[in-house]
Amino acid sequence: MRQEEQNGGCFQKIANIARLAAQHDDLQRCCTFIIMTSTLDDSEKEKARSVSVDLNNDASLLIDIPDALCERDKVKFTVHTKTTLSSFQKPDFSVPRQHEDFIWLHDALVETEDYAGLIIPPAPPKPDFESPREKMHKLGEGEATMTKEEYTKMKQELEAEYLAVFKKTVQVHEVFLQRLSSHPILSKDRNFQIFLEYDQDLSVRRKNAKETFGSFFKNMVKSADEVIISGIKEVDDFFEQEKTFLLDYSSKIKDSTARAEKMTRSHKNVADDYIHISATLNSLSVDDNTALKKHLEKFADLFEKLRKVEGRVASDEELKLTELFRYYMLDIQAAKDLLYRRARALADYENSNKALDKARLKSKDITQAEEHQQQCLQKFDKLSESGKRELTSFKGRRVVAFRKNLIEMSELEIKHAKNNMALLQGCIELLKSN
Amino acid sequence: MAAEMEPPPLGDAGQTDFREIEDGEGFFVSTVTILESPEPSSPDPPSMPAEGISTNGPKQEDISLDDDPEDLFAEATEEVSLDSPEREPILSDGPSPAITPVTPTAMLTPRMGLGTAEMFERSLDELEEDESGDTFDMHIAVSDPEKVGTFNTTSMTIFSKNETTVRRRFSDFLGLHSKLASRYLHIGYIVPPAPEKSIVGMTKVKVGKEDLSSAEFVEKRRSALERYLMRTVKHPILLKDPDVMMFLESSELPRAVSTQALSGAGILRMVNKAADAVNKMTIKMNESDAWFEEKHQQFENLDLQLRKLHASVECLVCHRKELSVNTASFAKSAAMLGNSEDHTALSRALSQLAEVEEKIDQLHQDQAYADFYLFSELLGDYVRLITAVKGVFDHRMKTWSKWQDTQLLLQKKREAESKLQFANKPDKLQQAQDEIKELEGKVQQGEKDFELISKTIRKEVSRFEKERVKDFKVVIIKYLESLVQTQQQVQHIWVWIPIGSVVGE
Repeated sequence: MRQEEQNGGCFQKIANIARLAAQHDDLQRCCTFIIMTSTLDDSEKEKARSVSVDLNNDASLLIDIPDALCERDKVKFTVHTKTTLSSFQKPDFSVPRQHEDFIWLHDALVETEDYAGLIIPPAPPKPDFESPREKMHKLGEGEATMTKEEYTKMKQELEAEYLAVFKKTVQVHEVFLQRLSSHPILSKDRNFQIFLEYDQDLSVRRKNAKETFGSFFKNMVKSADEVIISGIKEVDDFFEQEKTFLLDYSSKIKDSTARAEKMTRSHKNVADDYIHISATLNSLSVDDNTALKKHLEKFADLFEKLRKVEGRVASDEELKLTELFRYYMLDIQAAKDLLYRRARALADYENSNKALDKARLKSKDITQAEEHQQQCLQKFDKLSESGKRELTSFKGRRVVAFRKNLIEMSELEIKHAKNNMALLQGCIELLKSN
Repeated sequence: MAAEMEPPPLGDAGQTDFREIEDGEGFFVSTVTILESPEPSSPDPPSMPAEGISTNGPKQEDISLDDDPEDLFAEATEEVSLDSPEREPILSDGPSPAITPVTPTAMLTPRMGLGTAEMFERSLDELEEDESGDTFDMHIAVSDPEKVGTFNTTSMTIFSKNETTVRRRFSDFLGLHSKLASRYLHIGYIVPPAPEKSIVGMTKVKVGKEDLSSAEFVEKRRSALERYLMRTVKHPILLKDPDVMMFLESSELPRAVSTQALSGAGILRMVNKAADAVNKMTIKMNESDAWFEEKHQQFENLDLQLRKLHASVECLVCHRKELSVNTASFAKSAAMLGNSEDHTALSRALSQLAEVEEKIDQLHQDQAYADFYLFSELLGDYVRLITAVKGVFDHRMKTWSKWQDTQLLLQKKREAESKLQFANKPDKLQQAQDEIKELEGKVQQGEKDFELISKTIRKEVSRFEKERVKDFKVVIIKYLESLVQTQQQVQHIWVWIPIGSVVGE
């Protein structure tokens, strides 16, 4: 705890310097968004991470992303590790990483044969600043039609939106690493260690063009093989159930994620409308010289306050609901991948059986065929055993995360509604007494 | 378990929720109309249920319509509307009676088909006289045929009955406005504009499209007509107009004939409007009265700002409706997800979440409704009203211009006459002198007219501003109260997780 506080203070300094730098126009573009994760207090950090709970508890390996920088299109994350493990060279260190490095790590894990029986935590989605960027563009175009105040407020809103996207992307990257560090097997992965420790640019190790093509091809084959998963004859009840469940749930949660996103976006639109209304009411109030002046002024002021609350409602819903759904949509996909790998192993085993029979008939290469069949069987059994474990713990994780987020969201909704009511009633009283 | 709360409809229809109309209170009726109890002395909250006479049409449930088997809708589709801000509704009364099928929304029974001739029914309640003596409060509700208000005894002298119920067509309203406008606008009275026609909306209704949008259209129109009438009768001069009295009282009205769109009269009107617009540009008035200059500018600004605000609020309404739709769609999706979830407690939680979101969606809808009927429509009304105000200022300019022209003419005639003095043509001289006398009279009249209209406008503007302040104050508070109600509901709805037990464990 104390260490974190110290770190917080240290990064606070960096953040402050960055803020100052950002004021300088030339640097603004580069330094525009230095995330001040360090300025979030611990409870907020906890809440930010609640998508996947029970992470980062093991003091032997603690990972976080205290800082990040946005340059044009690229986001640079600072990955900070604290460890008591001897496998690392230092007990406390940080490295800069890009989004592509995370993808490399993810793919490396997926391609590792030994991990075929594990659910590989889903890769973090690419940072997407498209929406606020577009809005900023539109705002620039429409600048002439609004008052200076209105423009400033809209700009502030947009900057807040940028910041929100930024925070989100830091969160998902952080969670990815923490899932790995809390996994008994994955945390020991060599590539993971390199990712955390290697203090040079990782791009040397990243995919070259050929490998990229290779993995693209693999993905194509994989989706064709989803048919295999459904088609394969399952011997194990547990996996039969899981298969049915995951296939159905996967499509449903994809749908829910999309709709939740639409819903939270609409909510944001309503909050933005309040800005325009407040600005115009203000203008009206300034020009007015009747008894209405004060009324309009207070009304305008109220809308300004309300929109801040509505904005928070929208972003809380987004974090607790939309992001939750989105994360588990990806996680379900990872679980499906596990099923797929197991199904492939089963298919391989069945093929090896057929090959063995053929060899016996021809009386040729029998030993070879027997060995191969044994290998396939072992692999399949290993996958089944590990898969069962993983899927069971996955369910537990999912249930806990949903519960936490839904409860938190409800509490926030109530809190914001109370806030709104206080503002509204205060204003009504003021107006009535006038 | 989750609080099974129906968010109470804003301004309950058909329920016993009343508010007092204070003396001289704003007339913008967005809630249940007050039906006075028989005591003339004080407006107590009435003891009987307002039978659905409210502007919250969509929530009404128990209204039935009369059938009229004849097909009657010829509210023609050839509506022509100018985009000039001084638009007067151009009416199109086709060869057959123009009937507006009007139904409060919730009520689209099978009988509301093409053949029904729903008409507006109005019941007129009179509240007691104001203390000042020369004005009185009137309350008008525009509603459906079946609902009738209660009696109220007052010491009303102007009207013979205390309570009247009449049926009027939409075109009747437009006809009334047209008459009042032609009679009063040009002498400086601010005549409230009537609601506009809408081809799209009417066509939908006629085609019998019994969906939400045509129901909404009907309610929107009903509410607008009610507000229009209330504004009109609040005007002390207009109230005494015989056409208004006839409109409110007589059981049958002559058809508004001169209101056809593509008729000769209609075209003539269009041409006149165009001419007016051109003239306005060319009149350069020497404004001697700073008050008018100031007020004119003020209203210009107000117009701009109100239009802007109106646009923003319309945007808000639109977005909130969108939010409601998206919330509903998410709710359905969450329900399906809950069905698919194999962990029992989580499955239950997701289903409950779906229910919660459904309720929230209903709330958003209700709020959008309030956004519209309280806020947006008020602004729309005032944008149109200000157009009328600007029109009245323009008429003053025209009056001045006419006076000046007559003066110029007089001057010319005088010059001509003095020339004739030396020309020795006694006939022509006499003629010239007669003309001069006539013109002198006209000039005097012109000056009087100008002074009169200026005086009238000052009074009117002052009254208008008072009304405006009242209106806005009342509506702002009502709107805020609607927001409060929504937030209250939100709080209750989100208390859906019984402590501890949702996702078990």
